[in-house]
Amino acid sequence: MSDTKDTFTIDGQIIEFDHGQTVLQAALNAGVYIPHLCHHPELKPNGSCKLCTVTVNGRNGSACTQQALPGLEVENNTPAINDRRRVLLQMLFVEGNHFCPGCEKSGNCQLQALAYDLEMLTPHFRHSFPDRAVDASHPDIWLDRNRCVMCELCVRASRDLDGKSVFMLAGRGPASQVVVDSPSGLLKDSALTLDDKAAHVCPVGAILPKRTAFKVPIGDRQFDDAVISNQTDYLATRRIDTNPTTTDESLAEKV
Amino acid sequence: MNAPEQVRKLRIATTSLSGCFGCHMSLLDIDERLIELAHLVEFDRSPITDIKHCGHCDVALIEGGVCNAENVHVLRELRANSKVLVALGACAINGGLPAQRNNLDVRRCLTQVYRAEGSGEVQVPNDPELPLLLEKVYPINEIVRVDYFVPGCPPSGDTIWKFLTDLLTGRTPRIEHPMLKFD
Repeated sequence: MSDTKDTFTIDGQIIEFDHGQTVLQAALNAGVYIPHLCHHPELKPNGSCKLCTVTVNGRNGSACTQQALPGLEVENNTPAINDRRRVLLQMLFVEGNHFCPGCEKSGNCQLQALAYDLEMLTPHFRHSFPDRAVDASHPDIWLDRNRCVMCELCVRASRDLDGKSVFMLAGRGPASQVVVDSPSGLLKDSALTLDDKAAHVCPVGAILPKRTAFKVPIGDRQFDDAVISNQTDYLATRRIDTNPTTTDESLAEKV
Repeated sequence: MNAPEQVRKLRIATTSLSGCFGCHMSLLDIDERLIELAHLVEFDRSPITDIKHCGHCDVALIEGGVCNAENVHVLRELRANSKVLVALGACAINGGLPAQRNNLDVRRCLTQVYRAEGSGEVQVPNDPELPLLLEKVYPINEIVRVDYFVPGCPPSGDTIWKFLTDLLTGRTPRIEHPMLKFD
């Protein structure tokens, strides 16, 4: 038996991997960026956003669900694949109500960072301007469905990490939405608390801790300095921070 | 020797539809480069010249989305008269702040805003000169064909300068990090 590590290639570059890793995990660990939105290193793969679509041995597949196998030939950073990813992003933008100038997640938002990185200048398609409910009932957490991209990170974090199953996707097609497990359907009557991972995992501005908005000045936000494709170390190792340093104690005391 | 050939100045039209003039302020924010720009272009219809209708133009810069009937007429006039039409800023690209009313009923908005305190009497202004509101605020690419998009709320002076100099000197305009901002 040989003691060399198993490898596959991404755009011709040799990538080493450990048994059981996905193509996306192995790529990020090797410093190779594959765009993704519904993947988080702490959670099991979901394969719902399709932004990590790559070509594996000539067939399209999600890098986050494709198991890394010896000898795979993966195409990732090609104009054709990036064009399709940009179209997926545009559809995500017109499907919800994504108004960056008024969103406190701006600069830390993964959807926005992906759009910057793929140079999406316009959402292109006809906006649907859906009518979606905001749930501000919880004392510590916002739920703004206008910005939701249905990645199910909150669903998985609540179920698999917090053991609470507070969130679920319900409805079909354009009527899909995040629903809350509580008698009233409101967040305030659910089991969700501020120290839950589900309260902090949202990649966009749909679930946000209250009283933390705009604490990080423009210029210091996650994706201000470096584009997301240059942050593979962060993407590979990030953990859900249930106690963000952006919480201002002095303000909390005043309130 | 012949005198250098007089280069024709490009004609630019600008307008703010359903916008806040922030993008125009950002255009002025190119500061002393305005003088350089004035060597390359002359302005047709624009809040800067106060010309009311545009002639044939090379470039039209459109700020703001489309919220009323007049916006539609102005936008179509600019499209018909310009070779290159540019969506400048967030509102032109996705409706922006004015589009926040898109899930509200226009009649209800107006009757609530124009309800007198106390008496509760409703008097919605109906002067024929006032353009009628559309039921939604639209990004301009849902009304006319758009050639280029310059995101930002507003795009910075540097971004606008980069875009204009690319366009005016015949390069393919490209806006990328760190100039590409949606906020």
